[in-house]
Amino acid sequence: MTKTGFVIANLFRKKTRTTLTLLSVIMAFLLFGLLQAVNVMFNAGADFVGATRVVVQARVSFTQSLPLRILPELEAVPGVEKVMYQQWFGGVVGENQQVFTFAVDPARLHAVYPEYVMPEQQWTAFGQTRTGAIVGRVLADQFKWKVGDKLPLKSSIFPQKNGSKDWAFDIVGIFDGKDEQWQRQTNTVFINYDYFNEANQFGQGAAGIYMLRLANGDVAQSVTEAIDSKYENSPDETKSQTEKDWQAGFVKQIGDIGLLVRWILFAVFFTLLLVVGNTMAQSVRERVPELAVLKTLGFSDTSVLGFVMAEAIALCAIGGLIGLTLATLLGIVIQKVAGAFLPISVDGSVWVAGLVAIVVLSLAVGLLPALRAQRLKIVDALAGR
Amino acid sequence: MSNLISIRDLTKSYVRGKQKVEVLHGLTLDIPKGDFVALMGPSGSGKTTLLNLIGGLDQPTSGEISIDGKRIDKYSAGELTKWRASNVGFVFQFYNLMPVLTAEANVELPLLLTNLSAAQRRKNVAIALQVVGLGERGKHKPRELSGGQEQRVAIARAIVSDPNLLVCDEPTGDLDRKTADEVLTLLQTLNREHGKTIVMVTHDPRAAEYAKRTLHLDKGQLAEQAAH
Repeated sequence: MTKTGFVIANLFRKKTRTTLTLLSVIMAFLLFGLLQAVNVMFNAGADFVGATRVVVQARVSFTQSLPLRILPELEAVPGVEKVMYQQWFGGVVGENQQVFTFAVDPARLHAVYPEYVMPEQQWTAFGQTRTGAIVGRVLADQFKWKVGDKLPLKSSIFPQKNGSKDWAFDIVGIFDGKDEQWQRQTNTVFINYDYFNEANQFGQGAAGIYMLRLANGDVAQSVTEAIDSKYENSPDETKSQTEKDWQAGFVKQIGDIGLLVRWILFAVFFTLLLVVGNTMAQSVRERVPELAVLKTLGFSDTSVLGFVMAEAIALCAIGGLIGLTLATLLGIVIQKVAGAFLPISVDGSVWVAGLVAIVVLSLAVGLLPALRAQRLKIVDALAGR
Repeated sequence: MSNLISIRDLTKSYVRGKQKVEVLHGLTLDIPKGDFVALMGPSGSGKTTLLNLIGGLDQPTSGEISIDGKRIDKYSAGELTKWRASNVGFVFQFYNLMPVLTAEANVELPLLLTNLSAAQRRKNVAIALQVVGLGERGKHKPRELSGGQEQRVAIARAIVSDPNLLVCDEPTGDLDRKTADEVLTLLQTLNREHGKTIVMVTHDPRAAEYAKRTLHLDKGQLAEQAAH
């Protein structure tokens, strides 16, 4: 027998109670892993985009388009190097699988977003093929698309001139991200704006947003101020902000996911604290004489404290690790099922947060019972006082 | 024969609520090495308190306790803990075995505090269980043993680290006559053949007859001695 064996044996002395407590810890950490992953997903966008791009949208909402005629005016703003525009297409694959689809000018996309990496001949083909589309690696992998495939897409908004919302494109390129962060952003389809604009039944000559590549980040404020003041009190009032702020604001429109997640997790862990804390306290209470015997045999106060703490840590660690592992596996399943629309990943940062939570929970539930065990007086405990 | 236990002018008082209760009043006592002493007396006479002090489970209010020449009354709580681990074996009325561990593991428990290898620990455990006649029951958990067998396992746990002194608090208080006789015979054997010094608290005069002598305590003082 070892001390570890002794701790494990004590942990499972009441199998039903320990199993139920373990299940509650597992469920809590499963929820923790998934919610943290959602939190990371919603916050990821704003973390890595640079401040050298400015997004210009209609002041009321990005769902309201801006006219293409302001393009040369935007290009003329001091500090602006290159401008691209995009229109939300609302693509649907198959019956109801949504994919992010935007109509863009290929050359302008290439110039403003060097983070999207693709062979030059594919960029050229995208520019020269009116029905051309390029797809991100994430989507290409998910739908097994390859260059040369036909890409049938339904638009949830725009019908063609013949009234049909069924569009067909030719995949001429598959793009990657320049790094891991950007690779995750390759969950998008870009189609050729010129073709879309001509074949579309309504709303020609409009763009949902403009993306401006700046000479450097220092001019961002002057650029946004110049643009917004230029269109103030015009029919096309604008709201300009750095891409980073725009991403953050976009997430905030959905709600403060981080705050929501924190509150849910607070409720879950507070309940868990009471459940596991009660289990530990009860476990120590019902074996006061045994703890006294341990001290009688020569185990020090610190050793007895260590035994109880080790039980709390083992309980939280076993449950927490199983919960996080399940969350990781479930995350993979969700990614496969929901695809690019819900690219959650229980990654290293979630695991680090989970491990910290395990340590904090162990201390919170174990410390008081452990201190009680440590302070136990042998004579009183043996006499049942 | 030299004394293993030497007690001088021992006083022990407790505070219970707002009241200070003196349990032992200036007690003086010598117990030679290899002795088997039964401590008897009415409830509240201080038997268990004296046993706890001899076993290093508690510290006196005043007076001296020397065990094997060491003044344990001067030891700190930490020093007493270490001293207990290698010098005293304890046997309780209700056995106080760990219900989650097998008999072997229960006996091995004190050896986890030593530097012995796992193989050596297993060997010592096997010997201790053989001595108490339970060599074949090592894999059984306490609930699978009878009361007498549980007490034998407790005795094996008490002797496994080979202490000179065994302190037993009503070791047969929870057993029937026949089983009690078997356990007392075992203690007698440990005393006679293995040279263990035994101090045993009991209410049972028949149990006391197994000891070499009986000390009677009354109101915290030694009342009389009787040799058997």
